[in-house]
Amino acid sequence: MTEFTQQLLNGLSLGAIYALIALGYTMVYGVLRFINFAHSDVFMVGAFIGYFVGEHLPHGTVLGGMVSLMAAMVGCAVLGIVIEKLVYRPLRGCPTLNVLITAIGMSLFLEYGGQLVFGATPRAFPQIFPAKTFAVHGLIISMNQLIVIIVATVLMIGLQFAVYGTKIGTAMRAVSLNPKAAQLVGVNIDVVISFTFGLGSALAAAGGVLYALNYPSIDPLMGVVPGLKAFVAAVLGGIGNIPGAALGALILGMVETFVDGSRFSTYKDAIAFAILIGILLFRPAGLLGRFTTEKV
Amino acid sequence: MPKPLIALLATVLVAFGVSYYSDHIDPYYLDVLTDIGINIILAVSLNLVNGYTGQFSLGHAGFMSVGAYTSAAITVLAGPRLLGEDGGTALQQGLLFLVALLAGGLGAALAGLAVGIPSLRLKGDYLALVTLGFGEIIRVIFQNVDALGGALGLNGIPNYTTIFWVYTFAALTVFTVVCLVRSTYGRGFIATQDDEIASEAVGLNTTRYKIVAFVVGAFFAGTAGGLYGHFKLTITPSGFDFTKSIEIVVMVILGGMGNTPGVILAAILLTVLPEALRAVDQYRMIIYSVLLVVLMLVRPRGLFNFDYAAIFTRLKRRLVPAAGGR
Repeated sequence: MTEFTQQLLNGLSLGAIYALIALGYTMVYGVLRFINFAHSDVFMVGAFIGYFVGEHLPHGTVLGGMVSLMAAMVGCAVLGIVIEKLVYRPLRGCPTLNVLITAIGMSLFLEYGGQLVFGATPRAFPQIFPAKTFAVHGLIISMNQLIVIIVATVLMIGLQFAVYGTKIGTAMRAVSLNPKAAQLVGVNIDVVISFTFGLGSALAAAGGVLYALNYPSIDPLMGVVPGLKAFVAAVLGGIGNIPGAALGALILGMVETFVDGSRFSTYKDAIAFAILIGILLFRPAGLLGRFTTEKV
Repeated sequence: MPKPLIALLATVLVAFGVSYYSDHIDPYYLDVLTDIGINIILAVSLNLVNGYTGQFSLGHAGFMSVGAYTSAAITVLAGPRLLGEDGGTALQQGLLFLVALLAGGLGAALAGLAVGIPSLRLKGDYLALVTLGFGEIIRVIFQNVDALGGALGLNGIPNYTTIFWVYTFAALTVFTVVCLVRSTYGRGFIATQDDEIASEAVGLNTTRYKIVAFVVGAFFAGTAGGLYGHFKLTITPSGFDFTKSIEIVVMVILGGMGNTPGVILAAILLTVLPEALRAVDQYRMIIYSVLLVVLMLVRPRGLFNFDYAAIFTRLKRRLVPAAGGR
């Protein structure tokens, strides 16, 4: 039983990281109806910003960790907005295929540009938060896991507030529902899209730093696999649906942790894609999504 | 005799001739030629899916790996038993290789069917990621199969690939794709790409078209994988990763989606250029990625998307004034 609870906890902290990335995918899909492939690389850049800032701050303090986390989030929010402005905005209204190819190109550019700038060899991520472990009734909880769960919860509650409690959040939902009608009632669609990219990228950056804390080896290609899995999580919950992304990510994190603990652990990386294919076959709109037919 | 058939036979004959005199050609050029041929097969077959049918597959390297492993398993594991101690005559070896290549193609086609049926019912957005995910699954499976060498890969594959085999299959690929798309049935691929809803409204089964394109594309990717394996003599699961798929996708986009001559040109260019620019090899993927973005912003129909028929007529007019009729 203790082992089961322990695995549940590990799954929860992995799922929380996936959730932070998946939210960015789902929000961008909500307003622009396309998959931002470069999102997983924004996650990687976030981890690197956290690394460079964390190097210069005293290690092992809550304040230092928080500053690195904030720096990564702000840096990536700017990066996300710049990418949208330079690359995606000129293509708005183009066929989906062109936008998709551009997004893949952007993703590769960040990956291989990162290899050139940061080098391809993995770097050890510093312990920016205090390293402690707590033992509660035989359960071992590391400080990192605790931070992941707390930060992710706070950010998700903040996001919920931003989307449902502020004016720009209302505008975002309006654009997601119907971009043309939103423009007619005076929503500035460019501002909303920039805001969405900024918000999504900041969450991905937080995910990147938290991921690097738990798996302390970062390299320019580190975003590919978690990014794909977070995307699967977004589809599992129903893409475009914010609570769905969080739910899908938690389920995926749990399933993966339990597979990792079983004797099929070498197939751990394949399980996400098996889930993806299964969900597309039986419930393409996802767990919380609503299936809509396309109108001409 | 129809023109495409003449072109097919001519290519096969020339390939046979080059192969016959291959001892007199610098092995380096032969290697580059082989690479070009394999890339032409990959790019032209992917063009049927991504270009003509308008679906976006990122798993072509996955199908290639299925073909490579299937055919290599046949020649490595069953070959010695079938051919005997002395390795058999050239004809026997050729026959075995042909069977292995076709089996590789069929294996990849089956994999294409298995991936296509669930994913192609959906709109293009998901397909890119499903095919990418499929490539990953394939890689993980091959890494876990010890009989095929696991993560270390399969070694000791016999050196069967020659210019003749590569260009025969390249010509077959081009022939099949061109004839398929030009046929009455094949117009459905282009209709699916142009407007899926309208095609469905006039009674085309677009899902079926997508699956057919996918399976045919996978078949040729599988044969290309077989040729690749018997050319490099060793294959590893990580050799068929996402980067390889992207390389093929870049060829298709650079050449112009749904434009076979352009895609062939792009395949040649993108094989020769890295050879010529070995010094800047580390920048290759950056150049590819910038190319993708800039092309989509500036020239989304591809770099080599010219009106080839018009160019040919103009050229003929200039070279043979009488043929122009002026």
